[in-house]
Amino acid sequence: MALKKDFVKFDKVDKSYDGKVLVVKDLQLDIEEGEFVTMLGPSGSGKTTCLMMLAGFETPTNGEIYLDGKAISSIPPHKRGIGMVFQNYALFPHMTVYENLAFPLRVRKIPKDEADKKIDKALSMVSLQGFASRMPGQLSGGQQQRVAVARSLVFDPQLVLMDEPLGALDKNLRESMQYEIKHIHENIGVTVVYVTHDQSEALTMSNRIAVFNDGKVQQLSSPDELYEKPVNSFVAEFIGENNTFVGEVSDISGGKCKVKIANTDILANPISVKSKGEKTKISLRPERALINPSDQMDNIHSGKIEEVIYHGDHTRVRINLLGNNQFILKVPNSSANLDIKLGKDIKIGWNSEDARALDPS
Amino acid sequence: MSSETKQILTTDGIPLEVSLKKAERKNKIKAFLLVAPLLLFLIITYVFPIGDMLFRSVDDKMVTQMLPKTFKAMENWDGQELPEEEVFAAFHEDFIKLVEDKREGKLSTQLNYTKNGFKSIIKKLRRKSKSFEEGNYKEQIMSVHKRWADVEYWRAIKRRAPEFTSQKYLKGMDMYVNEEGKIVSVEEDRRIHRVLWLRTLEIAFFVTVFCFLMAYPIAHLLATLPMKYSNLLMICVLLPFWTSLLVRTASWMILLQQQGIVNDFFVGIGLVADDNRPEMMYNKTGSYVAMTQILLPFMVLPLYSVMKTISPSLMRAGKSLGGTPFVAFWKVYFPLTIPGIGAGCLLVFILAIGYYITPALVGGASGTLISNQIAFHMKSTLDWSFASAMGLMLLSGVLVIYWLYNKLVGIDNIKLG
Repeated sequence: MALKKDFVKFDKVDKSYDGKVLVVKDLQLDIEEGEFVTMLGPSGSGKTTCLMMLAGFETPTNGEIYLDGKAISSIPPHKRGIGMVFQNYALFPHMTVYENLAFPLRVRKIPKDEADKKIDKALSMVSLQGFASRMPGQLSGGQQQRVAVARSLVFDPQLVLMDEPLGALDKNLRESMQYEIKHIHENIGVTVVYVTHDQSEALTMSNRIAVFNDGKVQQLSSPDELYEKPVNSFVAEFIGENNTFVGEVSDISGGKCKVKIANTDILANPISVKSKGEKTKISLRPERALINPSDQMDNIHSGKIEEVIYHGDHTRVRINLLGNNQFILKVPNSSANLDIKLGKDIKIGWNSEDARALDPS
Repeated sequence: MSSETKQILTTDGIPLEVSLKKAERKNKIKAFLLVAPLLLFLIITYVFPIGDMLFRSVDDKMVTQMLPKTFKAMENWDGQELPEEEVFAAFHEDFIKLVEDKREGKLSTQLNYTKNGFKSIIKKLRRKSKSFEEGNYKEQIMSVHKRWADVEYWRAIKRRAPEFTSQKYLKGMDMYVNEEGKIVSVEEDRRIHRVLWLRTLEIAFFVTVFCFLMAYPIAHLLATLPMKYSNLLMICVLLPFWTSLLVRTASWMILLQQQGIVNDFFVGIGLVADDNRPEMMYNKTGSYVAMTQILLPFMVLPLYSVMKTISPSLMRAGKSLGGTPFVAFWKVYFPLTIPGIGAGCLLVFILAIGYYITPALVGGASGTLISNQIAFHMKSTLDWSFASAMGLMLLSGVLVIYWLYNKLVGIDNIKLG
C-alpha cells in the first residue's frame, strides 16, 4: 500500500481569535501517512491552535485542512475519527480504565467481545494488562498517560494527535515515555501529530519537526537536519545550544563568505546572505568548535577562558572570543586533559562550513 | 497493636505516649479555651432553648402535678366501672387546692384537650363545691353534672396520669388515642395535618425539580463563560441574596396579583381575557413561583462549584473519541456533576420543606405549608407543645431524607463549594 504523501494537508490556513491578530499565518503543511510529525515552538507560537483546528475544536479563519484528501473544516470533531491525547490526560474520572477505553468503541457500536479484544490489545500495547478495573485516580501519572495513549489508539484511528502529553511527568518518566510512544508508533504505523515545547522530546521522537514561531512554520525537516542545518537564526537558537556572532558580510565567493566581526574577518557558510554589505548572524554549534585545532580548519582565533563548569561527562567552557563573551565550548572529559584554566588564553578553531551565516534578526 | 511491640520510652524513661499527651495537653486546653465562649453562647442561646422546646412536646407533667392524690388513688382502679369513693375524695381534695390557687381553669383547659366537655362541668363543680359537705364525695360530685357520673370522663382523667405523652405527635398525624386506648385516625373531614404534610412534601419536591431545571444551564454557563462575563452573571445570581427575603416576596406579590404586572402583560399580549385574569397568588402557584426564585441560588452555587472543577478537555476528549455532543454530555459531563446536583437538591429540598415566610405571604390557603401551621400554634393557639411536636416531626423528616440520601448517593460525595 503506497503511503499518501499529503495524508494531512494544511492549505493556506489562517487563524485569528479576535479579528486583529493572526495566531496562525498562511500555514502550509503536508504530513505523510504513517509519519510522526512534531509541532515544536515556544508558547503562543500557534502550534496548539493548529492541533485544535485539526481535531475540530477550532475552525480555520481562512484556508482549508484536508485529511486523506477530504476537506474537514465542516466535519464536527466526533465524526473526524481522530484520536487525541490531551495535556492533562483527560481520562474520565468516574469510569474505570476499561470503561474509558470502551467509550470510543461503545459510541461506535462495536460488539462487546470484539471491543474486549481491542481493549486487551491496547492495554498490552502500553503494558497495563491487569489495570482494567482500576479508576484513573488510583493510577500514577505515567500510568494515566499510558491509559490516555491506549484510549486514543483503541478505536484504530488513522491519525492521533498528542498535545504536550508528557508535560506533567517528571524527567525520568518523561524520557522513558518518549521511547514508549515512539515504539508504539513504529509498531502500528499510525500517523502522529505531536505538539511540544520541549526540543529534546521533539528530537527524540519525530520523523519530522515543524518549528513554529509567530504563527508560521519556520522550518520543517528531520531532527538531524534541523539541528545541523537550521535555515534561520530563530531555529538555530531555539534548537540546541548555539554560539552567535553578529556582523556584516565583507566578501562572498565560492560558497564561502567573509564576515567582519570586531575588526576580524571570519569565514562562514552563506545560507541566507546573498551579497556584500548585508547584516548577518552567524550560528555555530558548541561541539563544532575545538580547542587547539588542527591546521586544516579555516577559522582559528584565540580567546580568553572566562568560566569553567564541570558537567560530569563534559566540561563547559565560556570564552571571550571576538568580543563575544558568551561563546560556549563543550570539552569531552575523556580527551587527554587539555590545560583549561580560568583566565588562560587559548586557540579555538572551526570549519567555515559549520558556521552558518543566517538572517540577522 | 501486636503483643511484640514494646512500649517506647523517651530518654528520660517516661513512656512515649504519656509524654506526648503531656506535651499536647497545653495545646488542647488552649484550643478549648478559645472556643469556650462560643460554645457557652451556643449552649445558652441554642441548645438549651431548643431542648426545652422539644421537651415540651412530650411533657405532660402539668395535670400530673395538679392532681397528685387523685392519680395515686387511681392506681388500683381498673377503669371498668366508676371509681370508688376513695378516688372521688382524693379528687375533691386536689380540686379544692386548685380552686384556692385559682388554677382550676388550667385544669379544665388541659382536660378538655383530652376529652371535650370538661370545661363546663369543672366550672359547675367549682361553684357547687363550695357548699359540699364532708364525706361521701362520690355522691356529691356525681350530682353536680351527669357527666361526672360517666365513667368515660374518669377514664379521660386517668389517661393524663403519665408524666409524658405522645398525644401531640399523634395529633400531628391526625390521630388520637380513643377511649379504649387504641391509636386511631380522626374522621376524614377533620384531617388537616396529613394534607399539610403531603402538600409540604409536594411543594418542596417540585420546587427542587424546578430549581434544578433552571439552575443547571445557568451554572453551566457560569462555569464555562470567560471571566468577565461570568463575574457579571454571578452577581446577578447572588443579587437576590443581598436583598431582604421580605422584599423579594413582596415584589412577587406585586408581580403576581390579579391586577399585577404579569397579568397585565398576559392581557396585553392577548393570552387571557381582561375579565378572566388567572389567580397566580394566594394559591400553590404563588408558592411555587416565589419559592423557586428565592431558592434558585442554593442550587446554582453548588452546581457551579462542581462544574468549575470539570476540565473542558473532558468534553473535548468525549467528542474526539467519537461521542456526539449529547453523548459526551450525558456520559461524561453529567455524571461528574452529580455531587453538585446532590448537594443542591438536598439543600433546596431541606430549605423548602421548612419554608415559612414566602408561603405565608403568597401561598394563601392552598399554598401554606406545615411550618405555617407550626407558627400558627406558636402564636395564635399558644399550644407550644403541639408546635414543638410538629417541629420535631419536621426535623426528623429532614434527618430521614438526609439519611436516605446518604444511603443512595453517599454524603461524602456531596460538594457545597
